[in-house]
Amino acid sequence: MSSQSDPLPDSFRLSMLIYDTRYRSMTIQIVALIGALLGALFLIDNTISNLNALGKEIDFGFLSEPAGYDINQRLVDYMSRDTHLRASFIGLLNTLLIAVLGCAMATVLGVVIGVLRLSSNWLVARIMTVYVEMFRNVPVLLWIVLAMAVLIESLPSPRDFRGENPEASMMLFDSVAITNRGFYIPEALFSRSFGNIHFFGDSSLRFDLSLDLLALLAVLFGSIYAVRRLGKWAHAKQEATGLRPTTWHYTLAILVVPMLILLTVLGFHLGYPELKGFNFSGGTYMRNSLIALWLALSMYTAAFIAEIVRGGILAISKGQTEAASALGLRPSRTMRLVILPQAMRVIIPPLISQYLNLTKNSSLAIAVGYMDITGTLGGITMNQTGRELESVLMLMLVYLVISLSISLVMNWYNERVKLVER
Amino acid sequence: MKKTVILGALTVAGLAAGAASAATVDDVKARGKLNCGVTTGLVGFAAPNANGEWEGFDVGVCRAVAAAVLGDPTAVEFVPTTGKTRFTALASGEIDLLARNTTWTFSRDVDLKFEFVGVNYYDGQGFMVPKELGVSSAKELDGATVCIQTGTTTELNLADFFRANNISYEPVPIETNAEAQQQYLAGACDVYTTDASGLAATRASFEDPTAHVVLPEIISKEPLGPLVRHGDNDWGDIARWTLNALIAAEEYGITSANIAELSAAPTNNPEINRILGTEGNLGEMLGLDAEWAKRAIMAGGNYGELFEKNIGENTPIGLARGLNAQWTDGGLLYTPPFR
Repeated sequence: MSSQSDPLPDSFRLSMLIYDTRYRSMTIQIVALIGALLGALFLIDNTISNLNALGKEIDFGFLSEPAGYDINQRLVDYMSRDTHLRASFIGLLNTLLIAVLGCAMATVLGVVIGVLRLSSNWLVARIMTVYVEMFRNVPVLLWIVLAMAVLIESLPSPRDFRGENPEASMMLFDSVAITNRGFYIPEALFSRSFGNIHFFGDSSLRFDLSLDLLALLAVLFGSIYAVRRLGKWAHAKQEATGLRPTTWHYTLAILVVPMLILLTVLGFHLGYPELKGFNFSGGTYMRNSLIALWLALSMYTAAFIAEIVRGGILAISKGQTEAASALGLRPSRTMRLVILPQAMRVIIPPLISQYLNLTKNSSLAIAVGYMDITGTLGGITMNQTGRELESVLMLMLVYLVISLSISLVMNWYNERVKLVER
Repeated sequence: MKKTVILGALTVAGLAAGAASAATVDDVKARGKLNCGVTTGLVGFAAPNANGEWEGFDVGVCRAVAAAVLGDPTAVEFVPTTGKTRFTALASGEIDLLARNTTWTFSRDVDLKFEFVGVNYYDGQGFMVPKELGVSSAKELDGATVCIQTGTTTELNLADFFRANNISYEPVPIETNAEAQQQYLAGACDVYTTDASGLAATRASFEDPTAHVVLPEIISKEPLGPLVRHGDNDWGDIARWTLNALIAAEEYGITSANIAELSAAPTNNPEINRILGTEGNLGEMLGLDAEWAKRAIMAGGNYGELFEKNIGENTPIGLARGLNAQWTDGGLLYTPPFR
């Protein structure tokens, strides 16, 4: 007879939940989950009952009340009689603007600095090291405040441009005015504009989309697509005949001619800034708060991106460089055609979190009075209405949605460039 | 995400729990210190002096309340607050009393659940510009860049004023008075707007005050006063009647010079006797001792003395009494009777 060890018990006993290894881990997880839920429930319940005790129920009705305050930088129309929701929307657009501008400039700066830090030129490499260490080891808020202070204190104010012998004058044939209130640059005007499309009627989220801009973008992307087709055609020709046809003049023509035609049709001309009364008027006005925030955020984030790029490049084995030079590629081409495309796979995932960081750091905007969504919804609106909880919850939701959208796009891009495994 | 919500809820719950606790006066006595919210620094109203001690007109109110409750005018923890942080600080219980030239408005009183205990300065919003601009009226400010403290009533008044007069402006929102001063002096804004008293105080701290003018227009009513949380009426009464005692003291001629003499024995004026505790039991009704008001007045003098010492015509700030004179002198200060 073979002895039967440890027979399965016929019935399930409660103590088995703790002493039986088959159930124990499940038991612990369920207890932990219940604990976490109870904790969350307690906090939420406590909040609600305390707010009730204060007589302040959660109520989002304030969003449809008139805001009553003005916002200086508005990408779409807004006046002080518009609603708090509209003011938040203006703030959201300002947040998105600084996020896009900041991410773009941080990427360019970061890649250049990261590559230069690996340069064989001792001086250049050391300067870049100093840059990286300086920027990433000082809190970004200080950089923002410093940038603003430098702009305000070092540049001339508009009243210096006035008079017979002004202390300051405009630059580039009187087309650009650099003042301590911001930069005034020429703006693009169209005398035969296509007009706008209006979205969302009279609601708080209404906005106009310029058809001119859409047309310009369409022509630009069309041209780029045509140029790529041309490149492919040249490539095929080279494969077939061994000779690559000269295409640069076609490329130039494809890029320039349709754009010129469109601009002529639209009646393109520049509007120059002019000193009128207290300020310059006309032209595009980039406020000092925008510039300070943009510079500080992108230079700060660029330091981190530079390190990521450097890490990505160093991750590519030296054999790749040697193989490329053995094939006769110049160092610049080796970098552009061999190293960077492979390094991208290492670079992109950490790059996503830098973009997220930059976007979230943009909420420091109030330090320089840039009216982003933290300044409108989380600042003035919250202060004037006293709806802290509602405003903060909405703010959190907004930043969550922005961050998740950035992650989504970047993850999609990552999927496209990542190494295809066979 | 979940963690963030929990943390957020935790914070809010903490705030709400702090706000719900009762009997501020007991908390203050147990702590031995009054937590008083003041500005981050506005000369004349509340600013640390060269020795790091806070002084000013609003500080005087804090010290008077501390003297009345705790018997020691120096038992005050001053908490600097900005226009944005002040209400949260008060609602959360971080401070017991907010004396930060705060405008008494309906929504702050009713909707934000605060209790204004009186008015210690009747003010109005004004504009300051550099003299060299040659502006003589606020209506000439079309297209000007205006520096403005964010989170204040001035922000709303400004929008209304410019809209009503159909002129445009460029607002530059700024967190504190010091930053506003920096931007204004560097010419990053043409105009600085805030309460006229604040403008006078700011101007006084400039290197050359005569190069700047305060425009004649006063575009709003700004009754500034100390405030406490809703719901603790006993504490509200203490703050209210301490302020009233300071005002009444001026009316009845009780000064820091003669208070010892007046309180030594009952005088002919029963109102003075009741204030100083030599007659009746007003202090007991408030839950304090008989000499509460005497100590409050001795802390920095009566209302008039506080005014003259900190912001009056003989100080660099140089504010006239104007609306802030006693009703007997044609001003608006009028305290209910002490009986």
